[in-house]
Amino acid sequence: MNVAFYEKLWMCAAGGLIAAFLTTLVVGLAGSALQPPSHVETIDPRTVDADPRFATPGVRVEGDHVIVTVVARLFAFTPDEIRVPAGRPVTFRITSPDVTHGFQIVKTNANTMIVPGYVSQFTTTFADTGEYLIVCNEYCGTNHHGMYGKLVVEAP
Amino acid sequence: MTTTMRPPVATSERLTLAHFWVAVAAFGVASAMALMQALSRASLDLPWRSAGMYYMSVTAHGVLMALVFTTFFIMAFGYVVVTRALERRPALPGLAWAGFWLALAGTVAAALMILMGRASVLYTFYPPLRAHPLFYIGLALVVVGSWCWSVVMLLSQRAWRREHPDAPTPLAMHGMMATVIVWLVCTVGVAAEVLLQLVPWSLGWSETVDPLLARMLFWYFGHPLVYFWLLPAYVIWYTVIPRIAGGKLFSDPLARLVFVLFILLSTPVGFHHQFMDPGVPAGWKLVHTILTFGILFPSFVTAFTVTASLEVAGRMRGARGLLNWIGALPWRDPLFASVALSMILFAVGGIGGAINAAFGMNAVVHNTAFIQGHFHLTVGSAVALTFMGAAYWLLPRLSGRELELGLLARVQPYLWFLGMMLFSFSNHVTGLMGMPRRVYDASYGDSPIAAAWHPLTHVSALGGLLLFVSAAFFMMVMIGTALAGARRAPQPIEWAEPLEGPPLRRSIFDRFGLWALVAVVLVVIAYAYPLWHHLRMARFGSPPFVPF
Repeated sequence: MNVAFYEKLWMCAAGGLIAAFLTTLVVGLAGSALQPPSHVETIDPRTVDADPRFATPGVRVEGDHVIVTVVARLFAFTPDEIRVPAGRPVTFRITSPDVTHGFQIVKTNANTMIVPGYVSQFTTTFADTGEYLIVCNEYCGTNHHGMYGKLVVEAP
Repeated sequence: MTTTMRPPVATSERLTLAHFWVAVAAFGVASAMALMQALSRASLDLPWRSAGMYYMSVTAHGVLMALVFTTFFIMAFGYVVVTRALERRPALPGLAWAGFWLALAGTVAAALMILMGRASVLYTFYPPLRAHPLFYIGLALVVVGSWCWSVVMLLSQRAWRREHPDAPTPLAMHGMMATVIVWLVCTVGVAAEVLLQLVPWSLGWSETVDPLLARMLFWYFGHPLVYFWLLPAYVIWYTVIPRIAGGKLFSDPLARLVFVLFILLSTPVGFHHQFMDPGVPAGWKLVHTILTFGILFPSFVTAFTVTASLEVAGRMRGARGLLNWIGALPWRDPLFASVALSMILFAVGGIGGAINAAFGMNAVVHNTAFIQGHFHLTVGSAVALTFMGAAYWLLPRLSGRELELGLLARVQPYLWFLGMMLFSFSNHVTGLMGMPRRVYDASYGDSPIAAAWHPLTHVSALGGLLLFVSAAFFMMVMIGTALAGARRAPQPIEWAEPLEGPPLRRSIFDRFGLWALVAVVLVVIAYAYPLWHHLRMARFGSPPFVPF
């Protein structure tokens, strides 16, 4: 196959660019543990409210670690106001008793799908105090846009 | 040597035109649905505005644009390639017509359910949102119809090959073979989801469904679907545009390499749509990420080859100097302008795609307005604008009528470009500011954070308005041509010649069976273990919900 010189050059550059992209991902993964929420845990969506893991949603502190349990349902988050301290690791555990929802803390990279039958879990640390908006970002029905909550990050 | 065609075969043209008009009609309805959304998002209080109406229109726009307009246009174009590049009637015309009627019946059933408000589940139809059973059955019929088309395409190619045992497949058919193979491999996923999970569940025959399994099957289909749309557009870029521009295709073998790479890499990438999903281990998400970045490569090669072909064209038209060839190109030709502008938009969209696919960074943009900004550059511009341009070029050649309202056809691609710039860029920015996609109203109880998005939603609405006017121009040209275009002798379709002359013999690139096999092996590597692992995990199903 006869490939023109400039095209060869271009193909090498394209290959190099792709390799560079992949390197940034690996560096992010190895260096800062940057990876998407991928926790594997199942739960019966029909008995979420009775399940000990989600019977009392809210914030609890275990040693240095803050754990926030949230139930996302049509069309609200429980609790709809969450208070956590700044500068400490916060683990969110979220599930849905009905349809698929999303959980996105605006202006952060906290973002996860909430699929009924599964527990979404991720850990993050908020550096800045203040009020954040939490939105459901997966269409869940006619009042999807009315499903939101508030996160308050307080000085430790 | 110019590849010209004897006068078209009337019955084949009827088949092509039937598909063509369903595509155009779906596009018209879907465009009207889009205008409503763009205005609603900016909180412009129109008298008929309501949340139910908004989510219905998002569903109708997605299904009619992404699944109906594209599929019918691609089927029409496939028959164009068979009749004008292989120069033969499509094999099994009875099956071809059966496919058409099945897909049309399915479209009507699904569209009725959507417009009646019984299927506001969006085009991704994630369970446990439950639509009316006829919605799922209708979509299944569209897929079955497209399978009939696929069989006709494969058999037509086989019959041609028997008559030309040593000749390389004409490049246009080479690209359509890639399209068919990608489609057959990927539709297995959505067929399994719809037939095994959703249809029985929506009819009440089964009580629950696993929503995550449904998402895995959907996205097994959902990303290669993108290449099903894109590959026929690439066929137009490689085999039609160089000649329209007045030049030659820069490299024929590289075009074939590109199509083969798409056969191999289109499907084992679906988890990049599920980065934010629980229940899918991060390691497999990373494997799909790496393959996703691999599939950037053939598009990079396409960018070079097509641009180089345009430079060849500009210089053959007498341009000198470094960049004068750009001005020498036929910017007043509606097909050329559509494709050239769609390529510029696609360059931006492609880089956005690399951002979306970034394993660690996707969380910043997932399900935000950034995503709708992105795919309106890819499917909404690279594909839709190319197809609109191709429609201006095809309709006179298929129907034997001159294009009517030529001025509107010349203005339309530029209007689309301008509208898309405003729409897409404003959505990229609001997405980065955290605005979610697909919301009826983005005020969130007058939150000050959400208020910051508001000015840009007006820019997006203005873009949507321009896009709607552009779509209306397109529809006027189509309908005007059909009703009032002056009759003339049917014209041949002229395919572009390669710069170095066409290849003389069959090569490794013509081994479609082999490439399909390798593609299946890659799919098995990427999906078999995660699926098996998922199925043997203790899981709980979901009953249906209809919150719309």
